[in-house]
Amino acid sequence: MQIARVIGNVVSTQKHRKFEGAKLMLVQPLNADDTPRGNALLAVDGVGAGIHEKVLVVLEGRAAAETVGRKGTPVDAAIVGIIDHVDIHGHL
Amino acid sequence: MNLARVIGDVVVTRKDENLHGLTLLIVQPLTPEREPYGKPLVAVDSVGAGVGEEVFFVRGKEASFPFHTVEAPVDAGIVGIVDEWYVER
Repeated sequence: MQIARVIGNVVSTQKHRKFEGAKLMLVQPLNADDTPRGNALLAVDGVGAGIHEKVLVVLEGRAAAETVGRKGTPVDAAIVGIIDHVDIHGHL
Repeated sequence: MNLARVIGDVVVTRKDENLHGLTLLIVQPLTPEREPYGKPLVAVDSVGAGVGEEVFFVRGKEASFPFHTVEAPVDAGIVGIVDEWYVER
């Protein structure tokens, strides 16, 4: 899983039927020091996350599809948790 | 999943039998600021997207799920046409 920040959302009317009702959020993966890492990606929201929140994202098909609650949903990223805080002990 | 713009299509006559009937489009991944990033790639279309449209696509084996009856040998699939998106960094 990866730590990321929600930076936006996406509206899509015409989409694969298994996505009906799913919320699509733009998330920016973060380094341990909260700086952005790589490019933002699109994830299905399974927990009701809002913009600016720090979240836990799975980047694997089967796990991500479970958050939508439908088997065989063509999805490869999903928000599975809202992070309260992260403690890193020791040096990076 | 990634945002992308459809920039072309691909015609393939001689192909794997499980690719028959599928539409292959070339997509250019976009950042949320609409800048192209990375290289364009070929993705299977499951939603009737056309050239010039903004879409989102999945990578990996999951991309073949829209065509459940056969296990199509594909690694990227367009699964939605984007109306709009909102970004606040």
